[in-house]
Amino acid sequence: MRDPLIPVVGVVTKIQTDTPDVKTFSVVGTDGKKPFAHIPGQCAMLSMPGVGEALFSITSSPTQEDCLEFSIKKCGCVTDWLHSITEGTQLTIRGPYGNGFPVDTDFRGKDLVFIAGGIGLAPLRSVINYVRANRANYGAVDVVYGARSRDDLVDYDEITNDWAKDGITVHLTIDREQDGWEGHVGFVPNFVKELAFDTSKTVIMCGPPIMIKFTLAGLMELGFAKTNIYTTLELRMKCALGKCGRCNIGSKYVCKDGPVFRLDALDELPDEY
Amino acid sequence: MQVKEKAIELLSSGKVSRVLGWKQGEFCYDLTPAVFESAEEVERSFVFSPLAGANLAKYLIAESRKEGVVAAFLKPCDSYSVLQLCKEHRIRRENVYLVGVPCEGTVDPDLLRENAKGLTAVREAGGTLVCDTLYGEKRVDLSAVLLERCKVCKSKKIVVFDELLGENGEENPQSTRFAAVEEIENLTPEERYAFWQKELSRCIRCNACRNVCPACSCETCVFDNAKLGTDNKAPASRFEEQYFHIIRAFHVAGRCTDCGECSRVCPQKIPLHLLNRKFIRDMNTLYGQYQAGADEESLPPMLDFRMDDCEPSAARGGKQA
Amino acid sequence: MKKIEKARLPELFAALNETAALYLPADRDGVAAFTRWQEGVTLTEKLNTVRSAKDLFFPQVETLANFKTQGGTIEIEDAARQDEDFIVFGVRACDLRSFEILDRVFLAEPQDTFYKARREHAAIITLACNAPEETCFCTAFSIDAADPQGDVTAFLTDTALCLRANTEKGENLLAKLPLSDGAESEIAAWQKQARETLEKLPIQLDLSGFTGERMMELFNHPAWQPLSEACLGCGTCTFVCPTCQCYDVKDFKTKDGVQRFRCWDSCMYSDFTMMSAGQPRPTQKERFRQRFMHKLVYYPMNNEGIFSCVGCGRCLQKCPIHMNIVKVAKTLGGERDA
Repeated sequence: MRDPLIPVVGVVTKIQTDTPDVKTFSVVGTDGKKPFAHIPGQCAMLSMPGVGEALFSITSSPTQEDCLEFSIKKCGCVTDWLHSITEGTQLTIRGPYGNGFPVDTDFRGKDLVFIAGGIGLAPLRSVINYVRANRANYGAVDVVYGARSRDDLVDYDEITNDWAKDGITVHLTIDREQDGWEGHVGFVPNFVKELAFDTSKTVIMCGPPIMIKFTLAGLMELGFAKTNIYTTLELRMKCALGKCGRCNIGSKYVCKDGPVFRLDALDELPDEY
Repeated sequence: MQVKEKAIELLSSGKVSRVLGWKQGEFCYDLTPAVFESAEEVERSFVFSPLAGANLAKYLIAESRKEGVVAAFLKPCDSYSVLQLCKEHRIRRENVYLVGVPCEGTVDPDLLRENAKGLTAVREAGGTLVCDTLYGEKRVDLSAVLLERCKVCKSKKIVVFDELLGENGEENPQSTRFAAVEEIENLTPEERYAFWQKELSRCIRCNACRNVCPACSCETCVFDNAKLGTDNKAPASRFEEQYFHIIRAFHVAGRCTDCGECSRVCPQKIPLHLLNRKFIRDMNTLYGQYQAGADEESLPPMLDFRMDDCEPSAARGGKQA
Repeated sequence: MKKIEKARLPELFAALNETAALYLPADRDGVAAFTRWQEGVTLTEKLNTVRSAKDLFFPQVETLANFKTQGGTIEIEDAARQDEDFIVFGVRACDLRSFEILDRVFLAEPQDTFYKARREHAAIITLACNAPEETCFCTAFSIDAADPQGDVTAFLTDTALCLRANTEKGENLLAKLPLSDGAESEIAAWQKQARETLEKLPIQLDLSGFTGERMMELFNHPAWQPLSEACLGCGTCTFVCPTCQCYDVKDFKTKDGVQRFRCWDSCMYSDFTMMSAGQPRPTQKERFRQRFMHKLVYYPMNNEGIFSCVGCGRCLQKCPIHMNIVKVAKTLGGERDA
């Protein structure tokens, strides 16, 4: 019997450089097929034996048939290694883990507002692309996306061209003025307040803790209900099976009960994320 | 004046804003180091007894960096640790008020509990500990249940203080603390290896020895640095024998005052102090008598390079280069 | 009920070891530990071992897999599972309860196959207590130390070891041993005396206030600061605890590949939750709080109110600064009115 902690071998078939410190990796099994099916918002453990194992959210939509994609920022041992490899390199993979977003239940028929900061777009891209593939099931879709600079905006071309074609309104912002940038300048929380979305919309949010904190305050000011706001958490994990203990917050394990939490549920947990 | 009364006086008079001491536990032996901020708190739960074994020196690193003056009670061996940490600029001397307390030895709670099963309370009566247990009263000879470090006490001298409760004591050059080291030195290399393998194989990597050690005051320990691959989670059980305890002994050599906390806290009763004492003895032999923490000026042997320093291997009869 | 004279214990252990590898609490250099039996190994006189019986099912270090990474390809070689039966003699009632607590973690889906294999291959012979120590508080968790279960229960009286099978596995085991017939009545007085002592244990805890409804109130309790102020941040409490089961997974480069192993970890350690992105538990207060909140509130919330503590008292004896779950529970309002 295979232990759930034991991964399978995967192959990185494509590496795309998105920004100076973000790359997107396409991963298949040794049989050339997608290693497993998933729900948007779920994660997988990627590893290079000898380097380490780490949890990443799956960036591709379940509707993408040929592979799993991971947009990964260079920021630690495993990610440093990933950024150093070339196409064709083998790694190990196990998953999928976590609950994922309620794309086929709570989100159905709703107007959706995605709010992302920096690499926080990675887990939301899976949902956005799923929504694009099933466009008729959802109402109006807005994406607010901010990064430090124009160069740090992941998938700029796809976002501005393809997403718009599917009737998604994209609102981009960068932290500081930059030559050649004619879009919005400023931090995400303020931008969200300026955009003043209708409070009946469902908000799906991911980004650095500081962005989440201030954006939430802004959304509360605008009058959003906590039951209409979803976010996804990141904590240190080793097993992703709800056993190793390190992603435990209150009675929940982020790897198993999350990483997606609705704000009213998150509010009932100790503030340790 | 008794320790508790002194703590109350220091707080009531406003001389200090906090007192570092020992707080009463469930039983007689389970005292916890604690910071007291008012005379009432001291009144309620401050305890000083032969069971107040914990050396509080290390807590002063953080406490002396806070607002106001903190008072601390020092047993002789604790005073060596404090002075060493002052010397290393780890404790801010100006923010601590040190009260020296003479000591006739502290009790090893494990030994006491072994001799008085079901121990709930204890009182001292002239060298005898009268113990209440779940199974009746039991009398234990105090000298029989002292901590190892106290049985071979190196010094009853309090080396740093602002105030002394009672008379200061003397160093004890007759201490037999190196006897066990000599015994191990007399073993063959194979026997010696077997001895340490047997002892260190019990290690559970809890880090209690390191975390309690006043000499281990690095902000981030090399054994906690995952990036260096030296963190203490090793796959093979042989790790402890080969690295952790020996490297730690090297790291504290010349700064270890032989306070004995490492062995006191080890849940597996590994005689870790023997490693430190081996270094102390070697340094004494090779570079002249030196006691870490005894004064504020002297250079520790590992920092004091002299042209006529011996080659350790030569001193042991090896070939001179 | 079966029995054997106390003087014939070595014979019993030899016979047990004939049926499967036997582990029992024995003194090793003054420290009681579960030890692989061999000729000459005798049962410790100490009440309990320093390390708990969990070690036999969830060892401090174990290999999960070996990887061969040559020529740009990765080969995964599964590590071996326990595949031979073994016997654990002398498990106290507290440690027996810890297996139930660990089962609810490791045997929940997806099951941990390493732990599961060991559980399935083990026969457990518990040893009833009649001389508890002051640090024992198993009674707070409704554990009957005078009559633990397991496959077989053993009662050690002044003259004999009485054995009672509780399961089919236990029946089969006893059938292979050189025992004579005994009667329940032989241990009646022994058990009565044991229960009288257990009732008089000095630590009485009322844990009824530790409920999920009070989670945030307890989490925000001001006492966490003073309770944790002396904590050294070592892992002693975690590692001697029979119910602590947090682990780390790490890789070790060997000369011909990579060994992936897991080892015990502790929420008391600062690197437990450290991420490149930050540290959700920045000081020892948060780490200390996590350990006790988990045992007294979070675990029960997920497990029908069962606390993740068995009252074995190991942390009371071994914490270098004598801070422990009893002091925490009492400070947070768990003291029973006398």
